[in-house]
Amino acid sequence: MRSFAFSAAENVDQAIIACESNNAEASYIAGGTTLIDLVKLDVMRPERVIDLNRLPLKEVERLDDGRLRIGALVSNTDLAHHPLVTEHYPLLSQALLAGASTQLRNMATTAGNIMQRTRCPYFRDVAAACNKRDPGSGCDALGGINRMHALLGTSEHCIATHPSDMCVAMAALGATLTLEGPNGIREIAFGDFHRLPMDRPDLEHELEPNELITHITLDTPVVGGGSHYLKLRDRASYEFALASAAVVVAVEDGVIRDARLALGGVATKPWQAMEAEQALTGQPAKTESFEKAAEIALADALPREHNAFKVPLARQAILRALEKATQAAMNS
Amino acid sequence: MNMKEYSTQTKAVETETTVTLTVNGEPRQLRIPPNVVLLDALRDRLGLTGTKKGCDHGQCGACTVHIDGQAINSCLTLAVMCEGREVTTIEGLASDAGLHPVQQAFLENDAYQCGFCTPGQMMSASAMLEDERIGTDDAAVREAMSGNICRCGAYKNILAAIQTARGQMPTARKEGEVS
Repeated sequence: MRSFAFSAAENVDQAIIACESNNAEASYIAGGTTLIDLVKLDVMRPERVIDLNRLPLKEVERLDDGRLRIGALVSNTDLAHHPLVTEHYPLLSQALLAGASTQLRNMATTAGNIMQRTRCPYFRDVAAACNKRDPGSGCDALGGINRMHALLGTSEHCIATHPSDMCVAMAALGATLTLEGPNGIREIAFGDFHRLPMDRPDLEHELEPNELITHITLDTPVVGGGSHYLKLRDRASYEFALASAAVVVAVEDGVIRDARLALGGVATKPWQAMEAEQALTGQPAKTESFEKAAEIALADALPREHNAFKVPLARQAILRALEKATQAAMNS
Repeated sequence: MNMKEYSTQTKAVETETTVTLTVNGEPRQLRIPPNVVLLDALRDRLGLTGTKKGCDHGQCGACTVHIDGQAINSCLTLAVMCEGREVTTIEGLASDAGLHPVQQAFLENDAYQCGFCTPGQMMSASAMLEDERIGTDDAAVREAMSGNICRCGAYKNILAAIQTARGQMPTARKEGEVS
């Protein structure tokens, strides 16, 4: 592993100034599960690493307006088991526990999960062409083994999937990120944070240089909503999604009053299927409506040589997640 | 121009620094550069070679140790970030009274073949059995242990050993108990 300078920040201001105080390439570290992995592979090459773990960002609290504010450093394990999450946002708990392993969830943080990098093997291999790692070098995944790659939100420059499960739940639930940087504090909608690859796959998110995420605030829970996170993968545990679906539905007299649908494993960013959500609203909560929604959600799917199987797989994930969430809503 | 008022700046470590941590109950000091991971610090600098290096990327679990009682991958943890923390390795699992119930149960259930993954399996299992948030049935145990790969495929006996140990540990929740 390459060497780097290291400092531990005691507060947000220290973290920001440590990051910007010279021109060296700097990285923040929290859980370290992405950064250290990628430094060992020589994919990330920070000259300075700033430890954020002493920052006071480890609280989960319910705000007066009913939203849930999560500190950036809350671990994936603690968030998944937090009583306010299991009671009001079981979808988030389910998605978190579907991701990674016990050890990694103990280490990984909420903001770090949002910032994790793709698992595309060409991104992780410095001998391969990758526009995300080395802008302008090309994309070996396009004509390569792209079985794990994305169907939605791709470009001719990048087809890498966003690997997170937690983020799929957040895309469905709705959330706001609080960012802090040299110019102060600002907020951004979760859905606007991750960028599509387009012609600059190296630009993955809307953080300005030296900015960091301090909080994630979930929208108020859907009243009377049932939810389900369904993850389909090559093995039963500790594997990234081939396709996943996060659903929240509220049903009244057999009619869908509110629907949230987001997809994982098939898109270049956590994928909120907004048109499908709109199509579900006001429709009867039954299979025909779900099939129509799945069709709309995947209408723009662009399969490559090895990942066409993901289209019917994602469709089934959507149908089953909608069925399960509807059952949960009916029983609530 | 910087808009913020900054009180103090952090001091960056460029070459080597001293880290003080507790390993298996003993205070230890390390003089290390910032890019040394806990796994290498334990094995190469403290001579604690029970913790194994498998994949070195957080995928196999052979390097699992406890930090402040939680199972983590020591291959993805910078030693410099362990200042003031309590680290427990496989060498610290047994007590003067004898083997830890998980170690005894692995022995009795023949829960290994080559043994390379065993320290990591035991560290994950011992943390899991003390964690009341994790279910007690076989499916919950297999899910909670999925970060520990056994290349020999001794999973059946590993599971049996863990459930045997559960019965021997006063602090572990028993099968069928709900939280």
